[in-house]
Order: sequence, then C-alpha cells, then structure tokens
Amino acid sequence: MRTNGGGNPSGLPVCRILLLVTALSVAAPAMAASAMQPPPQSEFVPVDEVPVGEQIPAFTMVGTAYGFVWVVLLGYVWSIARRLQKVESELTDLESRRK
Amino acid sequence: MRKLNPLFIGLSAVMLGIAPWIINAAPYESTMGLVQKVFYFHFPAAILFLVASLICGVASAMFLFGKKASADGWAIAAAELGLVFGSLTLVTGPLWARKAWGVWWVWDPRLTSSLLLFMIFSAYLLLRRYGGPGSDKLGAGMALFGMANVPFIYVSVNVWRTLHPQTSVVPTLPTDMGVPLWFCFAAFSMLFAALLNLRARLEHQRARVEALYLAEDEA
Repeated sequence: MRTNGGGNPSGLPVCRILLLVTALSVAAPAMAASAMQPPPQSEFVPVDEVPVGEQIPAFTMVGTAYGFVWVVLLGYVWSIARRLQKVESELTDLESRRK
Repeated sequence: MRKLNPLFIGLSAVMLGIAPWIINAAPYESTMGLVQKVFYFHFPAAILFLVASLICGVASAMFLFGKKASADGWAIAAAELGLVFGSLTLVTGPLWARKAWGVWWVWDPRLTSSLLLFMIFSAYLLLRRYGGPGSDKLGAGMALFGMANVPFIYVSVNVWRTLHPQTSVVPTLPTDMGVPLWFCFAAFSMLFAALLNLRARLEHQRARVEALYLAEDEA
C-alpha cells in the first residue's frame, strides 16, 4: 500500500501542515506591520527646493573644514616650536658640560 | 633659509587670516554652491600632501643609496608634514563630499589611494618611533613605496570613473576662482616650507644630542 508523507495514509501530509504553520508564522508579523504603515504614495508632488529639515547646512561644513585646518596648523606650529626649544636647550646644556 | 622661517610663518598666517574674505568674494560654483569653497583649502593641502611624499621618498633614496645621513632627517620631517597635510585633506574632503555627493566617503581610486598613502606615512612614523635599531633603513624602503603611490593618486581621477573632480578643473578655473586658490596655495606653500625646514632642524639637532650623549658615555 502507498503511504503519503511518511506513514499518514488518511488526512493531510505532515510536511504540508508544517509548511502552512511556517508560512503563517512568517506572514503574520508582516501583515501586522503593514497595517500600521501609512497608505502608499499615489503621486509625486514636485517642489522647487529641498524641505528645510532635509537640507545639509553648507555653512557648517565650510566652517568646520576651515576651523579644522586652522586648529591643526596652529597646533603643529606650536608643537614644533616646543620640541625644538626643548632639544636646543638640551644641546646647549650638553655642550656647556663638555667645555 | 633659517632667517626666512619666521618671515614665511608670519606671512602665511596673515595670508590665511585674509583668505576667508578673498574666498567669500569668489563666485559660487553652479552645482555645488557654497560648499565648493572648501576647495580653496582642500586643494593646497592635498597637493602638499603629495609633495611631502615625494620629498620623503627622494630623501629616503638619498639616505639609502647615497649614504647621506642628513637626508634621513629631511625624510622624517617630510613624513610628519605628510601626515599633517594628509589629515587636512582627508577631513576637509569628506566635509565637502557630504554636501556635494550626499555621502562622507566613497571607495573610489582617488580617495582609497590617498587613504593608503596616509596609512603608509602613519606606519613610517610609528616604525621610526618604536622600530628600534635598523628602522631607519626599513623606513626608507617604506617611503619609496609611498612615493610610488603619488603618480597613481594624481592620475586616478582621469583614468577611472569617479565622483571626484578631474585634474582639468584647476587649469580651467576662471580668474575670479583662480586668484583665491593660488593665494591660498601660496600661503600653504610658505607655511609648508618653513615647517619642513624647522622639523628637519629638530631632527638634526636630535642627532647631535644623541652623538653628544654617546661621546659622554665613551669618555
């Protein structure tokens, strides 16, 4: 006698039931989420300018860039001056010790 | 040259102080608008980043093959300046890109190879600082690889498809955009020359201090 789905000769095969349960468990949250979503957009409305909240402020970018350049260059000039002063005083000290 | 350092630093400070007014007077670029004005600091920093790499490579070659000990000091100085100007390039670039392209960073050949050069400089300086004996020759070899990267970075925008403006942008600039650019470039270059000279002097003085300590130990 031919058996269906692993020895279940009467009703639905076990694998089909499992498939149905899996599909429902995956689809249920998606269906719930779609119920909370806003309705789909039916048309695109053109505007001349990007909404204010969406704009990236160019002035902030330019100001940050110039500020960063100034800070790094001033910091580096200061760092070299400090290191040079330290080495030269050490050198003077050593040379005077040798005399 | 030593007497010129304070003059160069003072002059470049004055010029960089006036630069925002000159840049403000320059016209806006048609598609990018205000944010394109980052270009007037970004371009000089980027060019001097490459110049520093070339100086570091040439000085390292002179140290390795010409046995010129003083060249090593120039190589270290150029590498450190490469790191400084590289960081200016790699910070101002993304600030410009975020507004102009909508993203901070893209992995295109120009940006990626510039980052690679910056990492080579970082590795070079770490090696020189913590590498111990023999790190001078190893570092010099590394600097040659850094220098080999420079032509690749320069032509990358013309050879591969990229969002980055091509090299033809600068020679074709209209006068009212060219004047602020070359003004800033002159200020950056003078500062670069003075800093390179001072940093090399620091390295040469350090070598003298080390020699004196060695002589003291032997005595």
